[in-house]
Amino acid sequence: MDKKLEPIVKAVQGKFSAKFEEFRNEVHMFVNPDQIVDALTMLRDEHQFELLSALTAVDNYPQTSPRFYVIYQLTSLAQNLSLQLKVPVNGDKPKVPTVTRVYSVANWRERELFDMFGIEVEGHPDPRRILMPDDTEGHPLRRDFPLGYEEPQFTFNFDEIDLRKPYAKE
Amino acid sequence: MSQIEEVTIDQYKHLVSERALTGETMLLNMGPQHPSTHGVLRLLLELDGEIVVNCIPDIGFLHTGIEKNMEAKTYQKAEVMTDRLDYMNTMGNNLAYCMAVEKLVDLDVPARAQALRVILVELQRIASHLVWLGTSGLDLAAMSMFLYCFREREQILDIFELVSGQRMMTTYIRPGGVWRDVPVEFEAAVRDFIKIFPKRIDEYETLLTKNPLFIDRMVDIGYLSKETALSYGVTGPMLRASGVDWDLRKIRPYCGYEQYDFNVPVLTEGDTYARYLVRIQELRESLKIVEQALNKLPLGPVRSDNRKFVPPPRSEIGTSMEALIHHFKLWTEGFSAPDASIYSAIESPRGELGVLLVGDGGPKPRRVHMRTPSFDNLSVISEMVKGYLVADLVAILASTDIVLGDIDR
Repeated sequence: MDKKLEPIVKAVQGKFSAKFEEFRNEVHMFVNPDQIVDALTMLRDEHQFELLSALTAVDNYPQTSPRFYVIYQLTSLAQNLSLQLKVPVNGDKPKVPTVTRVYSVANWRERELFDMFGIEVEGHPDPRRILMPDDTEGHPLRRDFPLGYEEPQFTFNFDEIDLRKPYAKE
Repeated sequence: MSQIEEVTIDQYKHLVSERALTGETMLLNMGPQHPSTHGVLRLLLELDGEIVVNCIPDIGFLHTGIEKNMEAKTYQKAEVMTDRLDYMNTMGNNLAYCMAVEKLVDLDVPARAQALRVILVELQRIASHLVWLGTSGLDLAAMSMFLYCFREREQILDIFELVSGQRMMTTYIRPGGVWRDVPVEFEAAVRDFIKIFPKRIDEYETLLTKNPLFIDRMVDIGYLSKETALSYGVTGPMLRASGVDWDLRKIRPYCGYEQYDFNVPVLTEGDTYARYLVRIQELRESLKIVEQALNKLPLGPVRSDNRKFVPPPRSEIGTSMEALIHHFKLWTEGFSAPDASIYSAIESPRGELGVLLVGDGGPKPRRVHMRTPSFDNLSVISEMVKGYLVADLVAILASTDIVLGDIDR
């Protein structure tokens, strides 16, 4: 672990009793969903983590508790440090509070989080889907969402497949 | 099948001003098929006369499920998907992904491969900036810029064809090194380019930098403050034009960037013209790096000899039983990566291109997330265009240098 990061990790640990893991010189800290806004505010204001580099989730299906880890990748420009916060979320009605008030970049990233994983973001100012069409069913990046494919049409079965093929028709 | 619904103002109630609801301001749809949106981007504009009051971007028209597809492939096979992300920066995408895989499985890369990577990625940066320069010139009616820029870009694509057989979807950089050594003609081709290109940049600058018409359209529009940029996660030339000295090549060197001498152009104005100047200067800096890397290009292997992750050369397969087994295992089953997660980032022409790679102990990743810079750079557009004219919006959007493949993934 970077020497400069040690006091920051200690501070987060002390305030939020967060566990941490280290892998290939990267530090990942585990924070509960209800603490994430406070943790990010503290890191931004007191420890100069100005940039929220990435906000996404990892699906651990079939494991159910926690099924998801919501990941907040932080960068400090002033100190040249990186820190990752991981928020465990259960598979049953997954929910995290919004962090748009801390980092504006979270607006679109949280819309993507809902769109792709179905993790509801509480208090989001613009809770719409972002990449998929509004009438999509399901959340594509969940591990139990099938990858899907398109049936290849040949001359002999073109009409037959065309009938059941899901696209807009006249 | 679902019905096609009519779009009403109710959906956008929370995003537009109250005056739009009474019909005092106009809502105008720009795109998704508009030449100045640089791809399939739809902007919903709220206009008061000719002034932009609100801008609501609508993305996702190019969503191809790249991240989902990568989860279903082995680590080697997933790499071809990365080319299709940001199709102006294919080498850079390959590099970002390969570096993430190398970090996850702890794989070393030989020095010659590192230097080749630097040369190719910097050439790609030049090619990408040339497309930006050409198309943004086109948006401001500087038609000839487009032709000149694409002439030089063609030369770079020829170099890529020489090394990889492909002009755009190269997949040349592989985990553990590069696909194969460069052909003998490579050095001469790059030297040719290094010789010609500085004069060409001067030509572009005479046409644009001091051109009063161009300056009138570019200066003092699309102002982006340092604080807004950081809060919106803006990176790359856009952030550097707002006065933040942050370039991952300098600050967290990878692939041996610390050996090369180059400057990071930083300007504090934060307007469209500053972003233009930063990118023009980056063209010269990238060329400097290419030249130094080519002069220093070491001899030696271009792929790691760790046979658990990198396939053996073809010549060995005929004579060595072990090589044959490794080849077979790698191309049928793939290699396994630990059950852990890493994040690694490079400086792409547009900003921080990060890869979050999560292994599950098997040969396929559990999750690959590409932190694409265009996504965050576009999300700030609604802040940047407020209060400017529609004609300025075109210039501001061009100065963000977005690639829709990068945004929608």
